[in-house]
Amino acid sequence: MLLIPCPWCGKRPENEFRYAGQAHIVRPSDPASVDDEAWAVYLFLRDNPKGQHAERWRHIHGCGRFFNAVRDTVTDRFAASYKPQELSPGQGAP
Amino acid sequence: MTQPFRMPAGGRIDRNRPLRFRFDGRLYDGFAGDTLASALLANDVAVVGRSFKYHRPRGIVAAGAEEPNALVTLDEGARGVPGRVTPNLRATQMELYDGLTARSQNRFPSLRFDLGSLAGLAAPLLGAGFYYKSFMWPQGFWRRLYEPAIRRAAGLGKAPRAADPDWYVQQYAHCEVLIVGAGPAGLAAALAAARTGARVILCDEQAEPGGYLLSAPDVAIDGMAAPDWVAQTLERIADNVLVVPRTTAFGWFPGNLIGLAQRLDPASPGVRPDSRASTPADPYALGVEPPPVAPPRERLWHVRAERVILATGAIERPLVFPGNDRPGVMLASAALTYLHRYGVKPGQRAVIATADDSAYLTAIALHRAGLPIAAIADLRERPFGEAVDLARDLDIPVHAGAAVIGTEGRMRVHTVRLGTGQAVPCDTVLVSGGWTPTVHLASQARQPLRFDAASGTFLPLENAVGSAAGTFDLAACLRDGAAAGGLAAEFVVDGLPATAPSGPPLPAAPHAKAFVDLQNDVTTKDLYIAATEGFVSVEHLKRYTTTGMATDQGKTSNLNAVSTLAALTGQPMDAVGLTTFRPPYTPVTFGALAGAARDALYAPIRLPPIVQAGAVTEDVGQWKRARCFPRNGETIAAAVARERQAVRNDVGIFDASTLGKIEVTGPDAALFLEKIYTGAFAGLLPGRCRYAMLLGEDGFIRDDGIVARLALDRFHVTTTTGGAGFVLHHMEDYLQTEFTTLRAWLTSVTEQHAVIAVQGPRSAALLAPFIRGVDLGTLPHMSVREAHFDSIPIRLFRAGFTGEAGFEINLPPPDAQRVWDTLREAGATPYGTDAMHVLRAEKGYIVVGQETDGTVTPDDVGLAWMIPKGKRDFVGMRSLRQSDLKRADRKQLVGLKAEATLEEGAQITEPGGGFPLGHVTSAYPGIALALLQGGRARVGEALQVRRGKEAIPVTVVAPIVYDKPGERLRPTPVPVTDPLSVRPAETRVPPVPVSTADVGMVALAPATLLSLRAGAAAAGIGMALGVLLPTVPCRSVITERAALWLGPDEWLIQAPEPAEGLIALVRKGAGDHPISVVDVSHRTLALEIAGPLADWCINGFCALDLDLRVFPVGTCTRTVLGKAEIMLWRIAPEVFHVHAPRSFFPYVWACLRQAALSLGGDARLTPEGTAG
Repeated sequence: MLLIPCPWCGKRPENEFRYAGQAHIVRPSDPASVDDEAWAVYLFLRDNPKGQHAERWRHIHGCGRFFNAVRDTVTDRFAASYKPQELSPGQGAP
Repeated sequence: MTQPFRMPAGGRIDRNRPLRFRFDGRLYDGFAGDTLASALLANDVAVVGRSFKYHRPRGIVAAGAEEPNALVTLDEGARGVPGRVTPNLRATQMELYDGLTARSQNRFPSLRFDLGSLAGLAAPLLGAGFYYKSFMWPQGFWRRLYEPAIRRAAGLGKAPRAADPDWYVQQYAHCEVLIVGAGPAGLAAALAAARTGARVILCDEQAEPGGYLLSAPDVAIDGMAAPDWVAQTLERIADNVLVVPRTTAFGWFPGNLIGLAQRLDPASPGVRPDSRASTPADPYALGVEPPPVAPPRERLWHVRAERVILATGAIERPLVFPGNDRPGVMLASAALTYLHRYGVKPGQRAVIATADDSAYLTAIALHRAGLPIAAIADLRERPFGEAVDLARDLDIPVHAGAAVIGTEGRMRVHTVRLGTGQAVPCDTVLVSGGWTPTVHLASQARQPLRFDAASGTFLPLENAVGSAAGTFDLAACLRDGAAAGGLAAEFVVDGLPATAPSGPPLPAAPHAKAFVDLQNDVTTKDLYIAATEGFVSVEHLKRYTTTGMATDQGKTSNLNAVSTLAALTGQPMDAVGLTTFRPPYTPVTFGALAGAARDALYAPIRLPPIVQAGAVTEDVGQWKRARCFPRNGETIAAAVARERQAVRNDVGIFDASTLGKIEVTGPDAALFLEKIYTGAFAGLLPGRCRYAMLLGEDGFIRDDGIVARLALDRFHVTTTTGGAGFVLHHMEDYLQTEFTTLRAWLTSVTEQHAVIAVQGPRSAALLAPFIRGVDLGTLPHMSVREAHFDSIPIRLFRAGFTGEAGFEINLPPPDAQRVWDTLREAGATPYGTDAMHVLRAEKGYIVVGQETDGTVTPDDVGLAWMIPKGKRDFVGMRSLRQSDLKRADRKQLVGLKAEATLEEGAQITEPGGGFPLGHVTSAYPGIALALLQGGRARVGEALQVRRGKEAIPVTVVAPIVYDKPGERLRPTPVPVTDPLSVRPAETRVPPVPVSTADVGMVALAPATLLSLRAGAAAAGIGMALGVLLPTVPCRSVITERAALWLGPDEWLIQAPEPAEGLIALVRKGAGDHPISVVDVSHRTLALEIAGPLADWCINGFCALDLDLRVFPVGTCTRTVLGKAEIMLWRIAPEVFHVHAPRSFFPYVWACLRQAALSLGGDARLTPEGTAG
């Protein structure tokens, strides 16, 4: 069981969390004006990196908050976690 | 003396406590302190098993976890405990107890005469990878004949068929330092770490800590005999170190999580605690006086350690020579252990075959104990040094440069042939090829290992100490151990002749039938075949030959295999490399892995707040719901038909409590709901409801329900039973991460309200005499009112799922039973989920998850018209325009008429068959719903549905077959009647408190609980309540009321007074700031658990670190206990409150009760009273 750093509650056991996919994918502000292809990309296309991956987690059985975390997909080590409206650390902009 | 090989004195066994045990049906004697292996050796039992593949007779080789041969089945079936069977136990690790009953494995009919040994004749067919090469023809024979036969012939013990009668527990624990292995290095590390104030756990796989030191009575540490030094050290660390013997660290997982498998007292395995806990009929009969409960059989620890010190020692390597598997061949160090720890001699006349100095120490000890050493055959040309000289001084014949080239004997070795040409008679061959540091855990954790050329072994770069790190000098092991524990210390060691370090492992001659891996029957010839066939990568070699696989994980064999492969391929050993070891280090029982998660505690069983007498229940997720209520002798079908009739013609009542409920509050609540659901809510008047669908962003239906507006800024939303958790998560996702400017909050109230649906033409008449504050005769369909049922406050919905006029009463769960009983007595017919399904299907109402499967759009089920034309965006809306979702030939919801009842899931085809056009989604007698390609245009067509081999003709019809205009839903005037009262409340019996020496547990009386969501208003609310709302995560403030931080803008307010006044106070304190305050008093039930082991008890099921420094008094947080979410609150150092959702409370109570029982008596866990 991994220990996952919640930006509010600190390191907590994995079973308190739910994974929520790749981070920093922004829903178009006006979906009606997005063409079919761009909408399909928004819906379905995701990165699958070997190494550092920014992803969303929710501390669902804790404070209930969604947050973002950078995890190494090889070692499962968490490099950072940060609140949803914050920028990914070390990258300047998300 | 009935034990011929027992020494007259010596050993650490208790000769005053003789024990009797049974092996393969024969009775033997042993002593307390024996292992099964030592007792069998004492009784001159040379053959204890047959080998995996060739069924060769095998004897005991080792004295510890590395034993490859002596795998036996513990079987207490004969003692009247049928399920207590554990196969494949290492006899070397089984503590002897009175009455122990074990048998050998992989032989028929007996160990001595094993028909399977004929496999030896077929050996040429059974070489490496034989199952890829032989038995290929004829093709069909493999599955039917060859494979079953091979599987029967090979293999180990058999799993029992009877259920396991014992019980098993798990324990989460946290520490700064975990020391694996209580040998010299581990004990020295513990001694040092104990002084630092850190939490230290020291585990050791043997019954008695001490490791090698227990086999070294002649060695002195700091002037004390080594075993005495062990005893003194254990005493010195007792207050500060948790010492857990009989405990194998079997795996090192990410995040420094170490799995420990602890065997509790093997002599008194447990009787399971009362499994009646949380049975459906009697949810709170959890505390019925339990039967006397013995300790659990095993405990699985999840230890989260900041630092792990591997003091796992080293394993002696066998020598690989022809006939090296014959009974009587044993590791030299094991013989020393049997002599000194168990007072057992390995035989009557021994030959030592060695390439290492350490075997001389065994030779010397055995010689001094009176066992003749026929020869020391040393592979080295010029052995020298203190130990060698000492052996020569004792006139033990030392043959330098002598290899063993063969052994003779059938059930035991009687002659050893040396390369020098001599044949030496003996009954025991003690071998030593040097030492392999035990690096399994480091390897499992993918930690880097370095190759040490001098010893030819792979060593961990970090974390290891002592011989696990390649240090074999005892004083150095002690010094390094202490240093690892944080202390510079020197230890004076006397009485140990100096020995030269081990050399690298020796490759075996290629063609010989010499065993490299005894457990998997892999010979040097197999390695040679594999290498010549091109399996030169060590990982390929492992898989092709099976060397180093299975439960053994190559403990004695890996290095010999690597050196042999290196020689065969002409590579250096470090280029060949080492395979990655896999957990577990030694097998862990399924019982331990499952822990408490079996039977009633396998998963939470959620019971609705109403006990429905006479119901047949069905599982809906974790819920038990009433399916129907058969009367005397009635079939289920008849009951369902009767219940349906009652709703259509009279009035029925239905427990809908399991429906999910969410309160959505805040100034932007309507806007938020419009973004989430298909419907329009901005214009919905307070007091009115609307049906709505919830889509995924992909446009497919995920849930549906009713959105009811209670006030301008307050909605009550229902979800499906199964969708409750998902919908809340989905809404929180969009609220927190996408629609972040909307001022709205979500509160789950699923368990705050019980729901009784009252449906049928007579529903208003039935209810009217009880209902205060609303005129049922004029209340329009799809509306909601706050009202009273007699004096009980209710939230009354005019709505339903049956197509009849009806109501849904939301009421406090503690009152639900008496309201239900009152209505039943007043003439309502209870109906269950089966009748509900028929009623709704007749109306064409969909059930999410039945008519939908995650690929179904609103248009597919004919509900696109419900999406308001003016909406520009809601979650999923954009996807509905994607080309694939607009295809005309998509599957559409239709009704099917048929003479017979169809099967759900059955495919629909043209008459006569062909490609499936769709499938049946719901089927009841006379009516079915289906998804059919272009279905709406096919109404009237004749098609066919299969049921087994039968083809049933069907006609496509519109999905609504009952009251299409909805006339029956209209309100009708209700005659005025005298008011009636609800029956009085029954006293609820709380669970009986649990009380053990160390833990007490009691259910808490209900208090008022408010879920509060506030931003800027928090300070003002705190002032008004007289309790500051804490801003530090997971902290609480307690005055007469208490405020608990549960999330960044979320608090739980606990207070003694009623909710109404408290809510008013909160609103006053908030002023003009938007907030959300929801009464959740009934949502949870609470218990208090207190005592010195309360934290350990919670950690039986909860992974949080509850150390006072980490989880101080006042800490509160939601977390997970077993498979339930709880709110955990520390009130005092030894007092916790646990809040659990009502329906999870019996599960949580039963889990904690079981943990409390597991910590009693012998299984205590405090450092002073260590388990075991």
